[in-house]
Amino acid sequence: MSILVLADHHDGQLGSATAHVVAAAQQMAKESGGDIDVLVAGENVSAVAETAAQLDGVTRVRVADNAVYAHQLAEPLGDLLAALADDYSHVLASASTTGKNVLPRLAALKDVSQLSDIIGVASADTFQRPIYAGNAIATVQSADRLKVITVRTSAFEAVSESGSAAIETVDTVVDNALSAFVGEELAQSERPELGAAKVVISGGRGMGSGENFKLLDGIADKLGAAIGASRAAVDAGFVPNDMQVGQTGKIVAPELYIAVGISGAIQHLAGMKDSKVIVAINKDEEAPIFQIADYGLVADLFEALPELESKL
Amino acid sequence: MKILVAVKRVIDYNVKIRVKPDNSDVDLTNVKMAMNPFCEIAVEEAVRLKERGVASEVVAVTVGPKAAQEQLRTALALGADRAIHINTSAETDEKVESLAVAKLLQKVVEEEQPQLVILGKQAIDTDNNQTGQMLAALTGLPQGTFASEVKVEGDKLQVTREIDGGLQTVALSLPAIVTTDLRLNEPRYAKLPDIMKAKKKPLATQTPAELGVEVASKVTLLKVESPAERQGGIKVGSVDELVEKLKNEAKVIS
Ligand SMILES: Cc1cc2nc3c(=O)[nH]c(=O)nc-3n(C[C@H](O)[C@H](O)[C@H](O)COP(=O)(O)OP(=O)(O)OC[C@H]3O[C@@H](n4cnc5c(N)ncnc54)[C@H](O)[C@@H]3O)c2cc1C
Repeated sequence: MSILVLADHHDGQLGSATAHVVAAAQQMAKESGGDIDVLVAGENVSAVAETAAQLDGVTRVRVADNAVYAHQLAEPLGDLLAALADDYSHVLASASTTGKNVLPRLAALKDVSQLSDIIGVASADTFQRPIYAGNAIATVQSADRLKVITVRTSAFEAVSESGSAAIETVDTVVDNALSAFVGEELAQSERPELGAAKVVISGGRGMGSGENFKLLDGIADKLGAAIGASRAAVDAGFVPNDMQVGQTGKIVAPELYIAVGISGAIQHLAGMKDSKVIVAINKDEEAPIFQIADYGLVADLFEALPELESKL
Repeated sequence: MKILVAVKRVIDYNVKIRVKPDNSDVDLTNVKMAMNPFCEIAVEEAVRLKERGVASEVVAVTVGPKAAQEQLRTALALGADRAIHINTSAETDEKVESLAVAKLLQKVVEEEQPQLVILGKQAIDTDNNQTGQMLAALTGLPQGTFASEVKVEGDKLQVTREIDGGLQTVALSLPAIVTTDLRLNEPRYAKLPDIMKAKKKPLATQTPAELGVEVASKVTLLKVESPAERQGGIKVGSVDELVEKLKNEAKVIS
């Protein structure tokens, strides 16, 4: 049977997550040799579909382009997926806020379980996923006829873009009298996406204020880094919510993660401990973050950051 | 309006968990348990809506073993008016998947007819982030997940949601399902007199069998392992040494 991947997209652009989800789908399709289809649902999404068609391993891109799917609200998107799901053995999405919003809805409509945030594929029905903030890894096997799964993108290497899949229109249009889009406040940033950046530098409560986060800017510029934060920094209003790294925020695994003024609570570690190299800058030498850091610098961040910027 | 708020008994978020030596599961013997932090936020929101005169009654519900009544008493102490315990110990060795929880809650929704159901966005044990969305699908209701603000406006519910790029606001018809994110509110602590009073508030018990819900799941837990331990590294003495190591040893910057 075939696999359906729900594409992530925003502002007419395919999200980087989808190439990772397709990679996970390829591992599941290995035994069955089934097709991998990508569903692009939204309004005015033809450019998204064209990019998705270039992803390696994709057989068909199915496009549901209608105003009812604008902003990918869970109610219509869930109904659309439920209408299409019978042709598939697996429906996958990234563990983005869109994927997490809609896939459980699909699973319940189809009376099957959903598996969240998988990090490994053992076979077409057996998967690894983190539980307890990543402090344990569960291997689970699903006997459901339809497997509905969200994928942790940092755990799967993205497929490349040399394909040319067929693009098909999906005519299914559903009603939505339940929910309506009112507005959006999106952070504007020239920097790379947190989930896709090779380098991430994050600030915690130790930064002291939103103003002081500027101390990270120069370093981020020099390293091409994305800027993240701990929950404490977000709760204190220093920075917006979409910068939170952790169990209940974004999960990142860059080449280099620099934690500044962050103590290293398990909920924060859950979001970054799979980074290749971890640097911690903290004035408290007992801070738990040092137990997992490859390079720890015990220093006052207000002195260390300007010096670091000048020496890069 | 009547609000139904769902709470879950989980490991206390400060506790470091251990995997059982036979890798069958996580070891929860003698571990401190508590209300899931996102559920505390859900209870707080419901109670605030009542304090503001928007809600008239707050009903707390849990699906879990007998001991989960402790968490219902906590919800009652925080301001819920009455509680419903769906006792699952007998059939399931205390583990019920999100889909089964959602089916049980669906029955409670049918019975209680609340205008609003508030749940935590995820439980910190399974980290599933599913139950609210599943309940919304089963009841055919709209969902406002990962909420950081909830406003009742006439016959609509306006929910601001924490999404990947920032915030999104949606308007939902009522009744509706909401799941809470961290920034929705800061939960209060229960005061001693309220804890005493909570002991006298009504708590009804039901079983999945009485509700006619089959809780068995098609997902099998094959094994549970500890993640690869990260080896701690070294302390560097200066910014210069840090830059040198990153360039020449780790080779992650040039
Ligand atoms: C349900 C739940 C979910 C959660 N989810 C997340 C999550 O997703 N992500 C997350 O990050 N947290 C999460 N948390 C919160 C987590 O438990 C911690 O409270 C939080 O990570 C602490 O943030 P922090 O390290 O910035 O602050 P603190 O723990 O207060 O640490 C601040 C650090 O800064 C250092 N410092 C202070 N001043 C300086 C200075 N001048 N120079 C150098 N160092 C300095 C201090 O020594 C200290 O180590 C969650 C908690 C719960 C209950």
